[in-house]
Amino acid sequence: MNWKHYFNTSIGKKLQMSLTGLFLILFLIVHCYVNAQIFYNDGGVRFNEAAHFMGTNFLIRAIEFGLFGFLILHIVQGLMLWSSNRAKRTNRYAVSAGNQTSKWYSRSMALLGTLILLFLVLHLSKFWAPNRYSQLSGNGEKNLFEMMRDEFQMSWVVIVYTFGCISLGWHLVHGFYSSFQTLGLGTHKYKGFIKSIGIAFSIIVPLIFAAMPVAFFMQWIK
Amino acid sequence: MALNSKIPSGSIDSKWTTYKSTCKLVNPANKRHLEIIVVGTGLAGASAAASLGEMGYKVKAFCFQDSPRRAHSIAAQGGINAAKNYQNDGDSTYRLFYDTIKGGDYRAREGNVHRLAEVSVNIIDQCVAAGVPFAREYGGLLSNRSFGGTQVQRTFYAAGQTGQQLLIGAYQGLERQVSLGTVEMFSRHEMLEVVMVEGKARGIIARNLVTGELERHFGHAVLLCTGGYGNVFYLSTNAMGSNVTAAWKAHKKGAFFGNPCFTQIHPTCIPVSGDHQSKLTLMSESLRNDGRIWVPKAKGDNREPTDIPEEERDYYLERRYPAFGNLVPRDVASRRAKELCDAGYGVGSSKMAVYLDFAAAIERYGKIEANKQGKQNASKAEIIDLGRDVVKSKYGNLFEMFEKITGENPYKVPMRIYPAVHYTMGGLWVDYELMTTVPGLYALGEANFSDHGANRLGASALMQGLADGYFVIPYTLGNNLADDIRTKAIPTDHPAFAAAEKDVNDRINRLMGIKGKRSVESFHKRLGKIMWDKCGMGRNAKGLKEAIEEIKSLKKEFWSDVRIPGDIKEYNPELDKAGRVADFIELGELMCIDALNRNESCGGHFREEYQTEDGEALRDDENYMNVSAWEYKGDGNFVMHKEELIYEVVHPSQRSYK
Amino acid sequence: MNLTLKVWKQKNNKTQGAFETFKVSNISSEMSFLEMFDVLNEQLVAEGKEPVAFDHDCREGICGMCSMYINGRAHGPWTHNTTCQLHMREYKDGDTIVVEPWRANAFPVIKDLVVNRSSFDRIIQSGGYISVNTGNAVDANALPVEKQKADDSFAAAMCIGCGACVAACPNASAMLFVSAKVSHLSLLPQGEPERKARAVNMVNQMDTEGFGSCTNIGACEAECPKGISLENIARLNREYISAVLSGSANSA
Repeated sequence: MNWKHYFNTSIGKKLQMSLTGLFLILFLIVHCYVNAQIFYNDGGVRFNEAAHFMGTNFLIRAIEFGLFGFLILHIVQGLMLWSSNRAKRTNRYAVSAGNQTSKWYSRSMALLGTLILLFLVLHLSKFWAPNRYSQLSGNGEKNLFEMMRDEFQMSWVVIVYTFGCISLGWHLVHGFYSSFQTLGLGTHKYKGFIKSIGIAFSIIVPLIFAAMPVAFFMQWIK
Repeated sequence: MALNSKIPSGSIDSKWTTYKSTCKLVNPANKRHLEIIVVGTGLAGASAAASLGEMGYKVKAFCFQDSPRRAHSIAAQGGINAAKNYQNDGDSTYRLFYDTIKGGDYRAREGNVHRLAEVSVNIIDQCVAAGVPFAREYGGLLSNRSFGGTQVQRTFYAAGQTGQQLLIGAYQGLERQVSLGTVEMFSRHEMLEVVMVEGKARGIIARNLVTGELERHFGHAVLLCTGGYGNVFYLSTNAMGSNVTAAWKAHKKGAFFGNPCFTQIHPTCIPVSGDHQSKLTLMSESLRNDGRIWVPKAKGDNREPTDIPEEERDYYLERRYPAFGNLVPRDVASRRAKELCDAGYGVGSSKMAVYLDFAAAIERYGKIEANKQGKQNASKAEIIDLGRDVVKSKYGNLFEMFEKITGENPYKVPMRIYPAVHYTMGGLWVDYELMTTVPGLYALGEANFSDHGANRLGASALMQGLADGYFVIPYTLGNNLADDIRTKAIPTDHPAFAAAEKDVNDRINRLMGIKGKRSVESFHKRLGKIMWDKCGMGRNAKGLKEAIEEIKSLKKEFWSDVRIPGDIKEYNPELDKAGRVADFIELGELMCIDALNRNESCGGHFREEYQTEDGEALRDDENYMNVSAWEYKGDGNFVMHKEELIYEVVHPSQRSYK
Repeated sequence: MNLTLKVWKQKNNKTQGAFETFKVSNISSEMSFLEMFDVLNEQLVAEGKEPVAFDHDCREGICGMCSMYINGRAHGPWTHNTTCQLHMREYKDGDTIVVEPWRANAFPVIKDLVVNRSSFDRIIQSGGYISVNTGNAVDANALPVEKQKADDSFAAAMCIGCGACVAACPNASAMLFVSAKVSHLSLLPQGEPERKARAVNMVNQMDTEGFGSCTNIGACEAECPKGISLENIARLNREYISAVLSGSANSA
């Protein structure tokens, strides 16, 4: 047996989900920190500085490849797990336990993940893709702050972003705890602690993200 | 036919050692060619199959459950005895031997029982090595508790699930052999016939309970580890599927049935709540370590138990048996409870129950705990809370079980309990080598009659099952198979197999062909009622004679009016049950005949005509210090053979627990 | 009380099943759920119909044979409970109860409510044991075991192998079962020598049998009649990771 095999067992696949998930959580922290610069309300000076660093630093750009790799792995593996798990019960129950024995969001990770994915497509096409395209075609970086200000004037975009953040929040409530449980840290000693941190994280980070489009839309940030 | 128990000569403590060092052996190369059939996968069967597989024999194991792990040994709660003397309280092999002989009311074989006591220590070692998580003390060493009929603490336990833990241990060993290919496992299979070739047991006919197909299996030897027949009473603590069928088929093929009437009625079970009841649930004997048994002093006292003041309660076991108190053996405790209920002192709505009260224990433990925690001025409520926690840690799962069934909280109100059929000391007669009177056919565990005499002590059944399977049969089987190394496997198209299969087929067809009006269940219930009323805790000649007649007519009715729905060649639990009930009916008759024949009271066999002035069992050692081994001579016709019991070491006396 | 039962009927694993509706009357609140089924079956036999097949044996919650999925719940609505321990005082007159078999591809239906759980036996065969032949043992007290570990091991060993965890899991995963066995044995010093191979081999077998993958939903723990904790799953994950990282698990 080899590494490939170990990562292809049911626990191995979960480890993939857990590790890529934790990486994405780290990314969220960085992303959130950088974007939160807009709340200085300084016409985007600090934000654009940070964005410039993130968009041009060689190391960060290299990690960006990894990020996309992990993101795609997380998505593909997640959807494959979902479909293979579904296939393990061909005849379904007529009556299900529903929320009596488990939380809805823990059963709906694939759905929440798909919603996040749809949101991501929109999100990337609005900001990341045009910016990188501009960089690659030699036109330099775009002013991301201005892009945000413009985009978030459209109410439908703000609504989609809000829903995206809500999906992210619920996905994280389960995902955060679940990653640690998969790594074997869900023990008596740490479980409560991990769950609390997870819930706090799942509320705070998506809330900050959601606050951005709302703040632009409400003209709190100009 | 003279019965030869084959007890080795020599002093009691040298018999087994001598046997082991002088018995014949089979060399490893030959073992690979010897096939063994093991029927039943409880403690005896699983441990035997695993051990024989490890030794290199080719083993086939059968069970009717969906997995060997579900055999009814799993339900044993309290513990397993072993003469380890870890508690330094004076225990020894001899004392365990003596307690078992005395507990069995001097109706067991000395040689067998001493061997059992000797290997008891190896069992604990083996089980711990196999990963059985016995209860431990803070120092990391094994913990012990007391059981009925003993004055030492020699019972090893895993909360109230000792049987489960031991069976899982044996089951894991068995599955390991399955993975290694030495044991082939057949679950959801029921043995329906022993195949005899030239006077020896050489295989079985088994029915695949899923497809209904009959299968032929060859074995150089056949081991029946099929448990007891308490379900002949319909209501018992046995599992719904526990049955006598394998043993009964063997009996009909020539295996004598030893002491069929010796039945153990366990004193602490949850009382019957109505006609719908399908089985009774045991509350472990270990509860009598801390629970106090009482009834109100006044007849027909309808007050709530908690409203009855201390001085108006009769702690009758403590009163009558000050030396053993609540820990008298099971037969004694059961009899006293029945007596008091019959006399009108019973409690609960049915009045067929007595109280098992933990209030005193809760308070006692609470005080100790309060002292430990330095709470000198703890209030009564605090003490009770602390005490409840201690009791919970000892018996939590049993209390929970009681509450689920009755809806009452035993931490607050006393449990109501009543005796119920639990274990059968009787079974297939076997010699010292565990071989029945049919050559090549062995019986292990509860299925044989051997070690418990007329009454089994608590925590001894697990010990015997594992002793037989792990430590006895590996030697005794080899001693016999050594002569069989030249016997080639007999092909299953041999006429003996065909004939046996035809018999089974005919019987099934006959059952299915009756197409009567009454369900199998209704016959079983009626049989149970006859047995319980007339061959239960108290028996007398008149009742037994009536019972025999009633059973005969029940048998007739069964074979002309039973209704079995469904088909033969499919999963058909009603058909399975019908075959078992038919055998129970025949066995019930034999039990009554045996009980009628034994004109004395001993252990669990209480003939009302034979009792001392204060209601204790009155043995007749002059005439009945023997095993009654019954030979089947055709329908309803049984001939008794006596095996005299010779006591070389222990001197039988009136059993006293006062 | 009078009840309406909607029960899954399926002749064998080759045919399709369907629900059938039955009425039972005069059910006493003191009956167990299975005794209520006994009443139904007696009634069906009397009517000349085929009774409902269901697995059951000890009827005291320890053998793990009974396996009904009642109104969407494995072993019914009570917690830490098996079907045989569920009592009819839970229900009231006029209730409708839907009863299904355990549903998982790794537990194919044999008939009606009876399923084949031999996949669990094969998982045990793949490593759920300690390799000690009869007669190999040292004195039972030669190896002290820390009380906490012994207690934790026992808590995991309480698993009755009923399969409720699989039945309840939206993924039909057997992780709770497997983790209970791995925990039981790996917590004991006796189980130490085979610890790594055991975790890897049992996980492999679990996958081969066609159970789903655990996504930490926790329905298994909620439905386990013996209260086996999710902590065991965390432990299995740790055991697996450490076996893989140490590279000494190659025995399958």
